Amino acid sequence: MRHVIALLIENESGALSRVSGLFSARGYNIESLTVAPTEDASLSRMTIVTTGSDDIIEQITKQLNKLVDVVKVVDISESAHIERELMLIKVRATGKDREEMKRMADIFRGRIIDATDSSYVIELTGAQSKLDSFIGAIDNALILETVRSGIVGIGRGDRILKL
Amino acid sequence: MVLTGAEIVIRCLQEEKVDYVFGYPGGAVLFIYDALFQQEKVRHVLVRHEQAAVHAADAYARSTESVGVALVTSGPGATNAVTGIATAFCDSIPMVIISGQVPTAAIGQDAFQEVDTVGITRPCVKHNFLVKDVKDIAATIKKAFFLAKTGRPGPVLVDIPKDVTAQSAEYSYPKTIDMRSYNPVVKGHQGQIKKALKLLLEAKRPMIYTGGGVILSNAADPLTRLVRKLGMPVTNTLMGLGGYPATDKQYLGMPGMHGTYEANMSMHFSDVLLAIGARFDDRVIGDPNHFAAEPRKIIHIDIDPSSISKRVKVDVPIVGDVKEVLEDLIRLLDESTQKQDTDSLATWWRQIDEWRSRDCMKYKNSDEIIKPQFVIEKLWEVTGGDAFVTSDVGQHQMWAAQYYKFDKPRRWLNSGGLGTMGVGMPYAMGAQLAHPEAQVACVTGEASIQMNIQELSTCKQFRLPIKICNLNNRYLGMVRQWQELFHGGRYSESYMDSLPDFAKLAESYGHIGIRVDRPADVEGALREAFSRKNDLVFLDFQIDQTENVYPMVQGGKGLTEMILSAEDL
Repeated sequence: MRHVIALLIENESGALSRVSGLFSARGYNIESLTVAPTEDASLSRMTIVTTGSDDIIEQITKQLNKLVDVVKVVDISESAHIERELMLIKVRATGKDREEMKRMADIFRGRIIDATDSSYVIELTGAQSKLDSFIGAIDNALILETVRSGIVGIGRGDRILKL
Repeated sequence: MVLTGAEIVIRCLQEEKVDYVFGYPGGAVLFIYDALFQQEKVRHVLVRHEQAAVHAADAYARSTESVGVALVTSGPGATNAVTGIATAFCDSIPMVIISGQVPTAAIGQDAFQEVDTVGITRPCVKHNFLVKDVKDIAATIKKAFFLAKTGRPGPVLVDIPKDVTAQSAEYSYPKTIDMRSYNPVVKGHQGQIKKALKLLLEAKRPMIYTGGGVILSNAADPLTRLVRKLGMPVTNTLMGLGGYPATDKQYLGMPGMHGTYEANMSMHFSDVLLAIGARFDDRVIGDPNHFAAEPRKIIHIDIDPSSISKRVKVDVPIVGDVKEVLEDLIRLLDESTQKQDTDSLATWWRQIDEWRSRDCMKYKNSDEIIKPQFVIEKLWEVTGGDAFVTSDVGQHQMWAAQYYKFDKPRRWLNSGGLGTMGVGMPYAMGAQLAHPEAQVACVTGEASIQMNIQELSTCKQFRLPIKICNLNNRYLGMVRQWQELFHGGRYSESYMDSLPDFAKLAESYGHIGIRVDRPADVEGALREAFSRKNDLVFLDFQIDQTENVYPMVQGGKGLTEMILSAEDL
């Protein structure tokens, strides 16, 4: 089962390697991991997408909690939540493809944020599946480069991960 | 008061009431050693290899209730310390390791004696720090001691660059510590404890299984009271020996791979298993699926939530300090009106006594050749069962655990989790320094002892009168045993050729060495050794080369699938 784990960790050097080291040392999967400081500069927030049986996910959350720098851990995929991922995709945009690319970007509510006479950079935000669909919908031969941020997630409504 | 970083380090150790620091100087810690030189409260034990420094500090912690402290230099000093740190980590031993680092400006420049110590030790410490500002030293060391001894204990490393130890700052040692990210649960959940008690009193075939957590939380006394009140059978793991008196009739011996028949059968066929500060590891329960196949309710008391339901599913988890929870259990038991199922318990004891009557620890003694089990039995007799016994890793470790009956906690020091050969002598050093008047025996083998043999020199310098009982079978005995049983008797690289004359070797370091060849001389040699209160005596027992450790549960097998003796093969 796929799980999205959000955690707050002291914003200290080495914090990221404590978390990533835990996953590699114990053989847990990381599908994606994002980290950035929060509005409180002393705290970073991570979103980790992982897969595993219920037992493994229980161990993962326990092991994360055990890290001395980790302040709070929540499996946000246990209930209603929102996930978003950002993708920047550079595509060839010449001839008839130029108009087609613009159209596809519009359909997926993407924005063209850089244009040259032969290429576009399209910015696209959404759930992982939406980004996958966009890649599936355009001609693969036209893709020059992609970069994805990995998933960030937040609980809906009253579910708040804060100190 | 303005002090240098080095002076601050030493002042912090004084504040923490550290008696001994075990270490080895080097470039990056020269300022710290200079500060150490200019005071008398903290004494330093100069070892001959950094690994031994960490082991000795670890043993100091194991045999007392304090935090062990080691001091090493950067680079090879730190990497040599890693085995010691990992050993302490696997057995949850509270320690603070201070390592020197190259100057701040040189970090990352591949400087002389530079390694990423914080990176290298990260997976084998409870936590570690790199101190980049002299103003942070005191607070960091305070945190290190706090982290080491609270919650599930463990080693904490503080890496300090050389320039930081030379700079000055206003010194004050923090009185308290508050870490928002670290709040170990101490008090157990009362509802869960009540549930546990109800299950225990209803149990028809109860079993109590305790581990190193009982020792670490100083809970031997409440454990003993609870077990006696309940009249139930109890087993102590390798790390938990001495948690409950081994000479008591309710004690079934050690469980696991080389545990007793009765302990393993009772673990397996219990209907309620109370696990206390133990972690169901592979050397204790064997194959977890085989273990889980027999239905039983499991109550698990542990301070570390991640130890619970890790290898076996637990029905009643109780997170908390073992001692606190046991005191609560006893109080609730005293207040309880619920009747215990004593009839079923009596039937259960009859079954256990039947298992016991197999006498799985019997061995064939000999007049011709020294049996290792016999040496340990005699060691127990000669020391009145009251010695601090350390061991290395292998067959001799199992024989010591099986045949020395530990009645008190913190008397048995061995590397249970990591299984580190070479701990025996440094462990004996740490224990002897902590208990100068006590009898300290190091049970070892000719292979293990050579992994830190250089410490004979440290023992001379610090006049440590430890007694080394070398069970010399000229083989890596446990390797040889597995090769005999599982690899067709092909003894690949397990024969120890070209051994030194250990008695002479000990003498060359200024100690006393005695070689013992005949069973009739074993007791006399032990008595002679322990009568020499001020001397280190190296007893080199020439033992039966073919003796194996039984009973045995082979790796990956179930607890009930035991080989009781060579005749079972």
